[in-house]
Amino acid sequence: MSAAFDEKIHNTLADANLQLAIYAATGRLIDHRKHAVAGAALPDYQELRTHANALKKHTIDNLDHYLEQFEANVAAHGGKVVYCKDGTEVADFVLGLAKERHAELIVKSKSMTTEEIDLNERLAHHQLESVETDLGEYILQLAHQRPYHIVAPALHLTRYDVGDLFARTLGVANETVVEKQALIARTVLRQKFLAADIGITGGNFLVADSGAVVLVENEGNARLTTSAPKIHIAVAGIEKLIPRAQDLAVFLKLLGRSATGQALTVYTSFLSGPRRPDEIDGPEEFYVVLLDNGRTKLLANREHRQSLYCIRCGACLNHCPVYRKIGGHSFPWVYSGPIGAIITPQFLGVNHEPGLPFASSLCGACAEVCPVKIDIPKILLDLRAEVKNSEEREGKGRLERLAFKLWAWVMCHPRIYEMAAKAASGMAPAEDGRWLRRVPAVMDLPPLRAWLSQRDLPPAPGKSFREMWRKR
Amino acid sequence: MSREQILHKVRTALGRTAGQAVADPPPVRLRVSEMDLETRVATLLQNVEALAGKIRRVATGEAARAYVGSVLGGKSAVASNAPFLRECGIADLAGVQSGFTGAPELRALCAIADIGITGADYALADTGTLVMLSSPQEARMISLLPPVHIAVVQQERVLTGLDELLTILPHPAEQTSSMVLITGPSRTADIEQILVRGVHGPREIHVVVVG
Repeated sequence: MSAAFDEKIHNTLADANLQLAIYAATGRLIDHRKHAVAGAALPDYQELRTHANALKKHTIDNLDHYLEQFEANVAAHGGKVVYCKDGTEVADFVLGLAKERHAELIVKSKSMTTEEIDLNERLAHHQLESVETDLGEYILQLAHQRPYHIVAPALHLTRYDVGDLFARTLGVANETVVEKQALIARTVLRQKFLAADIGITGGNFLVADSGAVVLVENEGNARLTTSAPKIHIAVAGIEKLIPRAQDLAVFLKLLGRSATGQALTVYTSFLSGPRRPDEIDGPEEFYVVLLDNGRTKLLANREHRQSLYCIRCGACLNHCPVYRKIGGHSFPWVYSGPIGAIITPQFLGVNHEPGLPFASSLCGACAEVCPVKIDIPKILLDLRAEVKNSEEREGKGRLERLAFKLWAWVMCHPRIYEMAAKAASGMAPAEDGRWLRRVPAVMDLPPLRAWLSQRDLPPAPGKSFREMWRKR
Repeated sequence: MSREQILHKVRTALGRTAGQAVADPPPVRLRVSEMDLETRVATLLQNVEALAGKIRRVATGEAARAYVGSVLGGKSAVASNAPFLRECGIADLAGVQSGFTGAPELRALCAIADIGITGADYALADTGTLVMLSSPQEARMISLLPPVHIAVVQQERVLTGLDELLTILPHPAEQTSSMVLITGPSRTADIEQILVRGVHGPREIHVVVVG
C-alpha cells in the first residue's frame, strides 16, 4: 500500500464529522434501494438482474458488432461517432470542433467518463470554459475537488461548506438554507445554459439498434445541456452499449432503484441525432465520442470482462463496509468503492495502487446488490494474486513471504506454536483491554508497524484455549 | 482517428473477425400487465401525487380549459402546438402565447414565462411518468424552462408502464430525435441529501387527464 493511500484512509477515519456524513448518506441510500427492490415493489427483481447480466454479457462478448451497428445508426440520424483512445484525443476533438465553430462556452452534465479523463482541466488549459451544471458537480468544480461518490458527488460537504464556498467564489451572501443555495446555482447556471455553444454529457446507455444516447438524471440539467446549445457531444465508454431500445425496460428498472430507490429518475432522455428538420428546437449537431482509455485491455480476460457490465448505480459503494469507513477520496482514482477497486487496477495497471485490491473484507455485499451481477469479490481475489505475482517478479515482498513461511512452519509444530503464543501474549498486552493497535516496543520494526497500521488485533487472552482444555 | 485501432483491439481481445456473425441476443423481455382504463388512470393519479405532482381528471376539453385557466391565474404562459390544446381552447386563454415555429423566439419566451403548457404523447401509470416526443407540435423548451409545467393528456394515452410504451414504440428514434420520460418535478438531493424541487427544470408539474 502506498503511503498516500494509507494517509488518506487514516485522515478520513480520524474525521468524526466526515464519518457521520458518509455513514448517514450511504445508510439512507441503502434504505431507499431496499424498499425499491423489495418483493412488493418489484417482484421480478432477481429475474431482471439475471436478464441484465445476460444482455451485458452478450453485448460485451460481441462488442465490435454492436459498436459498428451503433455507429451506422447514429450516422443514419445525422450524427457522428468519434472513437478516441484516451483523454488527449477527446480533448483534441472538442478543442478542434470548438475552434471551427467559434465556441467559447461549454455546459456539462454529470459524467464519470469525463471525470476519468479530466476533461474540464484539459479544456481549461486551452482557455475553453466548461461549466458543470449538476448541482453537486458544480459545487465540486468551484471547490476544485473530485466526486466523492458515483451518484452523490458532494456527499462529504455540508450546507455550511456550500454556503462558504458560494460566498467566496460567486460573491453572494453566505446562505445556509439548501433551497436558497439551489436557487443561487439555478440562477447562475441558467445564464450559462442560454449562452453556451456546446453541451457535453456522458451516456448511461448507448442503444445500438437506434443510434441513441440515453441519459438519466433528476435535475433537468442534462436536458438543458442537450437541448439549449447548438452542439451536443456525448462522451461514453465503449462498454455502454446495449442491443435494443426495448432492453431499456430491463436496465431502467434496475438503475434508478439500485442508485437512489427511484422507479425511474425524474428525466430519462432518449436522444438520437440532431434536431430533425421539422422539429422546433434541439441541437444542430450531435456527436458521440466512444472512449477506450484502457477498456480494451481487460476485454481479453473472459472472467474479468464482466467488470465492463457496470451501469454506475453506486449501490456497491453504499453497501461496502470499507467505503463506508474510508470514503470516496481515499480511493486512488475517480472510481471509488468496490467497482473502483476492480476497474482502477485493470484500467491503470495493478501497480497504480497495489494496496487497492486488498482494501476489502471480501464480505460479498457488493456482488449481492449489483444489478448486473458482477462478481466483484472474485475479481478482487484475482487482482490480489496479480499484485503478488508482480511483486514477486520485481523481487519485492521477500520479507512478507519469509514471514508467512515461518508462520506456516510454526503452525505445523504445536509445541513451538504454544511457546510462541505465550511469548507473544506476554509481549503485547492490550492497552485498552480490547484491541491491539500499536506494535509493542520490543517488536517495533517498520514491517510490523506497517502491518498493524491497517489491522487491529484482538488482545491475547490470559489463558489460551489449549490451557483451558487441559484444565477442563 | 483511432477507429480502426480500437475496433481491431476489441476484435483481437474477443477473438472475433471483422463482420463475423453474432448469435441472437437474449430475447426481449417486456411484460405488459392487463389493466383496464379506469385502473390505469387511477394508478396514474396515485403515482403522480406520490411524486408531489398535481393531477386532475376532467371529463371534457372544456373542463380542462377551465382547470388550466384556474392554475394560470393571470400568469404568463407558453403553450405548445399540440392540436388538442387548440381544440379545447387552452391556447386561447388569456396570457397564453402559442404557435411558435422558430427556436430562438420560443426559447426567449420560455426563459421568462411563468408556465409551460404541453400535451403528452403518453403517460405511464405505474411510475407516474409523462412521455414527450419532440416534434413540430411539441418543442423541448416548453416543458423545461418555465418553473411550472402543465401537461394535458387524453385518457386513452395512459399506458400501464414502460414495458407497454416500448411494446408500442419499439424504435423511438424512427419518430423523433428526443423522447423524454418525465417522472415528477425536477429535484436534487446533492446537498446533505435534503430534497429540493425545481433546481433546473420545473419545480411544479400539473397533469390534466381528459376523458
